[in-house]
Amino acid sequence: MMTNTGNRLTQGQFSFLPPLTDEQISKQLSFALDKGWSIGIEYTDDPHPRNTYWEMFGNPMFDLKDPAGILMEINNCRRTFPHHYIRVTAFDATRGWETPRMSYIVNRPEKEPGFRLNRQEVDGRMIRYSVESYAATRPEGERYP
Amino acid sequence: MNAPVSPPASIDLQAILQEAQIQDVLDQLDRELVGLAPVKRRIREIAAFLVVSRARQSLGLESAAPSLHMSFTGNPGTGKTTVAMRMAEILHRLGYVRKGHVVSVTRDDLVGQYIGHTAPKTKEVLKKAMGGVLFIDEAYYLYRPENERDYGQEAIEILLQVMENHRDDLVVILAGYKDRMGTFFQSNPGMSSRIAHHIDFPDYSADELLAIAEKMAGQMNYRFDEGSILAMREYVALRAAQPHFANARSIRNALDRARLRQANRLFEAAMTAQGAVAADDLTLIGAEDIRASRVFAQEPTDGPG
Repeated sequence: MMTNTGNRLTQGQFSFLPPLTDEQISKQLSFALDKGWSIGIEYTDDPHPRNTYWEMFGNPMFDLKDPAGILMEINNCRRTFPHHYIRVTAFDATRGWETPRMSYIVNRPEKEPGFRLNRQEVDGRMIRYSVESYAATRPEGERYP
Repeated sequence: MNAPVSPPASIDLQAILQEAQIQDVLDQLDRELVGLAPVKRRIREIAAFLVVSRARQSLGLESAAPSLHMSFTGNPGTGKTTVAMRMAEILHRLGYVRKGHVVSVTRDDLVGQYIGHTAPKTKEVLKKAMGGVLFIDEAYYLYRPENERDYGQEAIEILLQVMENHRDDLVVILAGYKDRMGTFFQSNPGMSSRIAHHIDFPDYSADELLAIAEKMAGQMNYRFDEGSILAMREYVALRAAQPHFANARSIRNALDRARLRQANRLFEAAMTAQGAVAADDLTLIGAEDIRASRVFAQEPTDGPG
C-alpha cells in the first residue's frame, strides 16, 4: 500500500491541500502581519522531518505592514531556488510565546521522490527504524533536477 | 469595491465621494494648513482625478491604475511632510494604497556604505513602505554627480524598478528644494518620467506666517495679546531676512523659545513676589517674551535666536 500517494512532503500548515496561490499566500501573510508576527523565508533541499533548521533567505522581515513586500521576496527566492523547498515562517515575539506561530511550504520541487524506511535489526529481534530522503543521497544542490 | 456584473450606464460620483469621505480630508487640509493655495488646488485636482478614474474603472472604461508617484518641491518648512501625510490618507480612502501609512526616509536609510550594502537596505525600506507611501525627504542627495562610484545610483535604480513594477503596491513621494530637485530630475530622466505629479510649495507670506504662529500657539493653549502679536509681526519680518529661515519650522522654534522665556518670567515673578498665577497669565505669551529674542538684537548674528 502506498502511504503517501501524492508523494508530497507534508510538513507545516496546508501541506495536504493543493499548492497555495499567490493570492492565498498574501491572505495568510496579512493574517500574520495583523497579529504582529515577523515573517521569515527559509529554503532547503534536505526535507528530512528532523531537519528543523532551514537556510534563511535574507533577514527576517520586521515592521512590515503589507504582504506585497514579502510576496516579492518569496518570488525572488523562487527564482533563486526553483527546485528547493521554500517555507514561510511567522514568528511571534510576544513574551510567553517567542516561537514560530505559522509555517507553511510555498515552493516544492516538481518531483518529490519521498523517503525510504530503513529497518535495522539489532539485539534479539529488535528493529530500529529510520527514514532517509531518496533525494538526499545526492550531494547538496544536485538533489532535485 | 465590488465590480458590477453588468456595467451600469451611469455611476454616482457623489456616492464615491461620500463613501471615501474625501471631502473630510480636503476640508481638514483647508482648515489646518494656512495659505498654500496652489498646493491645495493641485491636491483637489488629484483627488478629483482619482475619484473620476475610480468611477471609470467601475464602468470598465479604464483598466490600468494611474501612476501616482509625486514630487514635492519647496523651501524647508513649507508643509511638504504634512501634505504627504494627508495625501496618504486621501490615497488610502480612495483605495489606491492598501494601508495608508507613510514611511519617511532620507538618503541614509536607502544608501549603504560599501559594495553590496545598498540593495538590501533599499529593498528593506521599500518592503516596509509597501501598501503605503514612501516619502523620500531631500531626495536630490541620492544622486551625487561629483562621485561616480557613489552608491546612490544603485538605490535610484532599485527605486525606479519598484516604482514601475509595483505601481499598485506603493506610492513614492520625493521631496526637496526646488532648484536641486530640478538638477536631480535632469540627471535622472527615468525618475522624472515616472513621476506624474510635480507640486511646488510656495514660501509663506508674512501674514500667513503670523496666522501660523497664532494657530500653533492656539494648539498648545497659548495666546497672544496686542503687544505680542505686534512683536511677532516684527519678529517674522526680521527673521525672514536672516539666513537659514525655514518658514513654519522657524516659527515653531521661535514659539518654543518664547514659551521657555514665558515660563522663566513667571517663575521669577513667583520667586520675588509670592502669589498665585492666574490661568490667563499662564496662557499669555507677552511681548517681552518675543522681544527678548536675539533676532531683535542690533548686531548681526548668524544663528536664529
